[in-house]
Amino acid sequence: MQRYIIIRVGQSVLTLLVLTVIVFSLARMSGDPLDVLLPLEATIEDAERLRAEWGLDRPLHIQYFTFLVNAVQGDFGESLRVRGRTAMSLVLERLPNTAALAGVAVLVATAIAVPIGVLSAVKKDTPFDYLGKAIALFGQSLPAFWLGLMLMWVFAAQLGWFPVSGNEDGILAYILPAIAIGWFQVAALMRLVRSSMLDVLDSEYVKLARIKGVVEWKVVWKHCLRNAAIAPFTYFALIIGSLMVGSVSIEFVFAWPGVGRLAVDAANTKDFPVVQAVVITFCMVYVVANLLVDIAYAYVDPRIRYN
Amino acid sequence: MAAENRIAAPPAIEDAAGVAPAARAGWPARFWNEARRYPLFPIALLLLVLVIPAIFSDLIAPHDPTIATGGLKARLLPPFWMEGGDPNYILGTDRVGRDILSRIMHGARVSVTIAAIAIFIAGVLGTSLGIAAGYWGGWVDALVMRLVDISLSIPIILLALVIVAATQPSIANVIIVLVLLMWSRYARLVRGETLAVRVQDFIARAQVSGASHRRIMLRHVFPNVFNSVIVLATLNVGFVIVLEATLSFLAVGIPPPQPAWGLMVADGRVLIASAQGWWVSLFPGLAIMLVVLSMNLLGDWLRDRLDPKQRQV
Repeated sequence: MQRYIIIRVGQSVLTLLVLTVIVFSLARMSGDPLDVLLPLEATIEDAERLRAEWGLDRPLHIQYFTFLVNAVQGDFGESLRVRGRTAMSLVLERLPNTAALAGVAVLVATAIAVPIGVLSAVKKDTPFDYLGKAIALFGQSLPAFWLGLMLMWVFAAQLGWFPVSGNEDGILAYILPAIAIGWFQVAALMRLVRSSMLDVLDSEYVKLARIKGVVEWKVVWKHCLRNAAIAPFTYFALIIGSLMVGSVSIEFVFAWPGVGRLAVDAANTKDFPVVQAVVITFCMVYVVANLLVDIAYAYVDPRIRYN
Repeated sequence: MAAENRIAAPPAIEDAAGVAPAARAGWPARFWNEARRYPLFPIALLLLVLVIPAIFSDLIAPHDPTIATGGLKARLLPPFWMEGGDPNYILGTDRVGRDILSRIMHGARVSVTIAAIAIFIAGVLGTSLGIAAGYWGGWVDALVMRLVDISLSIPIILLALVIVAATQPSIANVIIVLVLLMWSRYARLVRGETLAVRVQDFIARAQVSGASHRRIMLRHVFPNVFNSVIVLATLNVGFVIVLEATLSFLAVGIPPPQPAWGLMVADGRVLIASAQGWWVSLFPGLAIMLVVLSMNLLGDWLRDRLDPKQRQV
């Protein structure tokens, strides 16, 4: 177990290192940082002085090392667009908004997917099951950003039930963006719930429960769902990545003050320190979450450790 | 030969299952029964929304996709069935006055081209690395699989943002991002298949008869993993089109004068929020959805046909 944890931690660190190399090389590819950072009236002497001060005259691998040391400390420099703010402080300020939205999206996806998945397993090969399949198919075909816009058009702009943008109207503001982000997850989650419910419904202990006269709804929702929930539960680890990707486009649609929109705005205005900060923070979250999930699996299921 | 070891879906079973009893029926019924075995609906939809517009957009598009042909008066016209609509602009016009239908048709070409190039490069790259990793094993395998893991754990939209912040939005950048995202899926799939093929007798026989490693990989392993690659590629098309549209929508994909579907949806974003012109965003989004839907249906069908191993419950 210890050996497995050490290997997995090492792999995660390696992944993050490769990522910093990619980000660093792209940053240098974008041209001389001084071109962007210096005011127009700066003289050549000013430029040389700053170059020495920031270490830009040193060899690339030393520059990378400096970048890495700073990155580990969360220091990506100051934002080029918002004067006087560090890139990291901008990210940290918006992180809670993104996390909250992603959380609501997971809740919404679960609330839609689990009942439909369970019912389509119980009513296998009936019109209800086909309806569930159709929903899954559409879920995977709808582009999230477009779904978000259409929801906004119908329920916010036309009917006026929800606010069009921002997060200042309490829980109402969360509903539309959360549905738009969660919709794609609904399809996959529903399929998973359905297939693992089918397995469980066929098992001996469910037959026993029925034989001893347990009411049918209790058999389905208590005996079966508890056992069938294991596979879908592991799925949550996998969706962290796509939730973040979803949050990028949906936050942009709904003008949600989160990290995803910050990243899009920063990329479009060439605010490279902020883009770096967002990307490395997101990847950290992603890699660490996956690491924790893998370790938790290995703890629960010893077979994994030895493979 | 390698071909004998291929696993093909037996069509005979399907014949016996549901189609046979109709043999005595009239020709419409027979035709219908024959047709039911093929995914006609998705194919028709694909032809209509994607393939025909992509190939013939210059001929059939009623207007120029990049120029406001109707002048200032033709800005933001609704679709023709609505009040104030113009039959010349069937699906209406955007804020500049460009015909939406023509832009969707030309956008199909952009989507198809990008999806095809990206999937081809990713497929070739991933398949080569996958076969190499599975065939050689050892440090080659370890290296490739490590790269696959790393590639799978980098959120791709963010990588696109970094690339655009560092350079400029361009079609080449979109393709690079898509290839970086997808090659690892092919590599992982093909490596797994190669591991299974490598231990079979015909590979050992080829080795004994003196075939070179390159020849074995190309002539004996590759044909056996090809079906899986084709199925994955088909299932990927929809995904790639959505991703490309998302990038364009976020202004980090295809640069603006091009008529790309994602860009068109983005054009209408402000109009939706202020409840002015829903059609600007609605129709290109519908085009994306229909294409992805039919590609998914087609991919599912192809998977059942060519590669039953991958079939999900």
